[in-house]
Amino acid sequence: MALVTTLLRSRAAAALASPHGVDHYLEQLNPMWAAHDVRARVVAIHRETDTPGACVATVTLQPTGTWRGHRAGQYVQVGVDLPGSARRMTRCFSISSAASLPGEQITLTVRAHDEGQVSKFLVHEARPGQMVHLSQAAGDFTLHESAATPTNNRLLFITGGSGITPAMSIVRTLLRDGYDDRANRKVTFLHFARSEADQIFAAELAEIAAADNHVDVHLRYGDQTFSEFELRRLVPDYRGTDTWVCGPGGLVDLVQDAYDGADRLRVEFFKPPTVSTGTAEGEVSFTRAGTAAANTGASLLEQAEALGLRPEFGCRMGICFSCTATKTDGTVRNILTGEESSLPDEDIRICVSAPVGDCSVDL
Amino acid sequence: MTTTLTRDQLDEFGRELDAIRQRVIADLGEEDAAYIRGIVKRQQQFEVAGRALFYVPPAWPLAVAALSVSKILENMEIGHNVMHGQYDWMGDPKLNSRIYDWDNVCPGEQWKYSHNYIHHTFTNILGKDRDVGYGILRMDEDQPWHPYYLGNPVYALALMLFFEWGVAMHDLEVENLVKGTREWEQNKALHAGIMRKVKRQALKDYLLFPALTGPLFPLTLAGNASANLIRNIWAFNIIFCGHFPAGVATFTEEECLDIEGPNGPEESRGHWYYRQLLGSANISGSKLMHLMSGNLSHQIEHHLFPDIPARRYPEIAVEVREICERYGLAYNTGPLHKQLLSVAKKIGRLALPTRSTSQEPAPVAERAAAA
Ligand SMILES: Cc1cc2nc3c(=O)[nH]c(=O)nc-3n(C[C@H](O)[C@H](O)[C@H](O)COP(=O)(O)OP(=O)(O)OC[C@H]3O[C@@H](n4cnc5c(N)ncnc54)[C@H](O)[C@@H]3O)c2cc1C
Ligand code: FES
Repeated sequence: MALVTTLLRSRAAAALASPHGVDHYLEQLNPMWAAHDVRARVVAIHRETDTPGACVATVTLQPTGTWRGHRAGQYVQVGVDLPGSARRMTRCFSISSAASLPGEQITLTVRAHDEGQVSKFLVHEARPGQMVHLSQAAGDFTLHESAATPTNNRLLFITGGSGITPAMSIVRTLLRDGYDDRANRKVTFLHFARSEADQIFAAELAEIAAADNHVDVHLRYGDQTFSEFELRRLVPDYRGTDTWVCGPGGLVDLVQDAYDGADRLRVEFFKPPTVSTGTAEGEVSFTRAGTAAANTGASLLEQAEALGLRPEFGCRMGICFSCTATKTDGTVRNILTGEESSLPDEDIRICVSAPVGDCSVDL
Repeated sequence: MTTTLTRDQLDEFGRELDAIRQRVIADLGEEDAAYIRGIVKRQQQFEVAGRALFYVPPAWPLAVAALSVSKILENMEIGHNVMHGQYDWMGDPKLNSRIYDWDNVCPGEQWKYSHNYIHHTFTNILGKDRDVGYGILRMDEDQPWHPYYLGNPVYALALMLFFEWGVAMHDLEVENLVKGTREWEQNKALHAGIMRKVKRQALKDYLLFPALTGPLFPLTLAGNASANLIRNIWAFNIIFCGHFPAGVATFTEEECLDIEGPNGPEESRGHWYYRQLLGSANISGSKLMHLMSGNLSHQIEHHLFPDIPARRYPEIAVEVREICERYGLAYNTGPLHKQLLSVAKKIGRLALPTRSTSQEPAPVAERAAAA
């Protein structure tokens, strides 16, 4: 098997398959065969919660042998060929299962959005046996500590809603790889859900809470929102504690205020932070559609959508490049980095680019 | 040629074609996706069959046939159409115009500039569309004659045999180098891109696959070369039938600036469609003929809607013909042999200086009325 893989990835194989690549041919024979591409077969779907309009399901995937594994806390891009429209949509999802080795199964835990195409498909329509497209795992929201941090330092996870997934992956990994089902260090797990019925992984969390494993689980529902006061009570030195926060923008904002810039805090966003509009001048034109409007300061993707255009997008936060379009003229600011660029005929990700003054995009 | 339609007619004509476009685009879906994936599968089956049959010397002609079919499908129905962005809406990187590169010595990137942009935007505008004669042939009466053009038929024959090379060299604008309006420097990057593709094709078709057949090396090499040659001849013929049969119109730049835009005169959408329609010609024939030509047998529909999946052209053609009838516009079509003969005659005739202006085709509206 290893020999076959080496041969398929060799330069000779690439030369024979040129210019299309070996995977072009392998995929026709068997969708689970690949030399470079990563795909996965849906193995099982398990419903976590049933609240109408916000169902959550865990999808177990068997990736192709090309999957390089993941570190707990990382995410993966999932591409789905939507039935009916035949359009492939790509979205990011954190891996909820413990760290995986090359070729091992992984799980995603997905909340179905009312308007969301991929999440609805994965929760309600996907069936065992179907194929999805994957990227390799990526992201730095992982269990890595600064060199100055002792490895048995205390850990704190603060999550809200579906933001529990990367933290769950880390805790599962600690319990799996630790000694005798213990995390081998003190772990505080603070999670906020809309209601008890919306609690993802409820049974497993109850088990973890009950067992003697170094993990403290605190679940809060509904009106019991985050407060600095409570956090101080649970973890007095929270600013000096390695902390991972992932959840809705409101929760993340409160936590960031509490930490006041402390570098022990790591944040994962499922949605891009809202754009600080600043000054919004000039006119934005979408040349192919032949429409233009005054610049609102929002991302080009949002401004295009506001004008009724439907540009392609994936993660909506600069990760997947699905939204790449050519800016023919003008200056844009990268919403994430604040960097400005004025090159003509430049490929930009419109989901994280906001126009600075007049701007034309080939859309 | 100047237009035969009034301003209002041109605008209405443009709106009618826009409406077809919108309707078909809104309707794209699973059938189109399944179609192109099916063609890719079929093409790969032909390719594998062709490569395998080279191990059986008596089957050599069959091997060449299978490989030629594969190369023709890959270049025309898949490569040409995918690189036009016809399947970009699927979001599949393997069928995306930004990513796809075809099995041809002309790099996809370059071809997208010279073909998708220059040729499709400036179709049949003399002096702007470099596909009129590919910079080496005289294909229009309005191209001034020069003794060099006595060789027109010979150049055409050479271009046919080496078509993929011609398409690759096309971007180097050799004629402009000779004229001194282009610098060698401008060609360096292009040249490197072509060489990369040339090396890959040579390695694959003329070294590795022949070597894999061991003692049959020379036969396999000859077979691969034949398949590339057959693809060249076929592609050349289809493409020359698309723009050069008698009756296809050419335009001057001034004729195309029919409205006043914010930055001076510009071409209206209606005139753009009008020019694409009259600057192209179709080939009539069977379904197989359309498939093997990558549906470029529907050159007219392709030029009106270059980014709509080609499998839709036959259905669109019915409506386009009906619109043409109503506006009294010629719809140039004919069987392959007729269109080819017409092109061949033109190549021969234009090798010699044009005698008088009476050779020019009659105005389109008149011909349509006479028909
Ligand atoms: C790193 C990362 C990790 C993530 N991990 C997880 C996870 O583990 N679990 C999980 O459930 N989610 C996760 N997400 C979030 C998930 O990727 C998004 O919720 C994703 O958008 C869902 O895709 P969708 O196709 O269902 O919805 P989309 O189609 O992307 O729609 C999402 C929302 O955007 C809005 N929207 C959609 N189209 C338009 C439009 N044309 N104009 C205006 N607004 C529009 C809608 O209001 C909709 O609710 C993660 C995101 C990131 C970036
Ligand atoms: S939508 Fe993913 S990068 Fe813009």
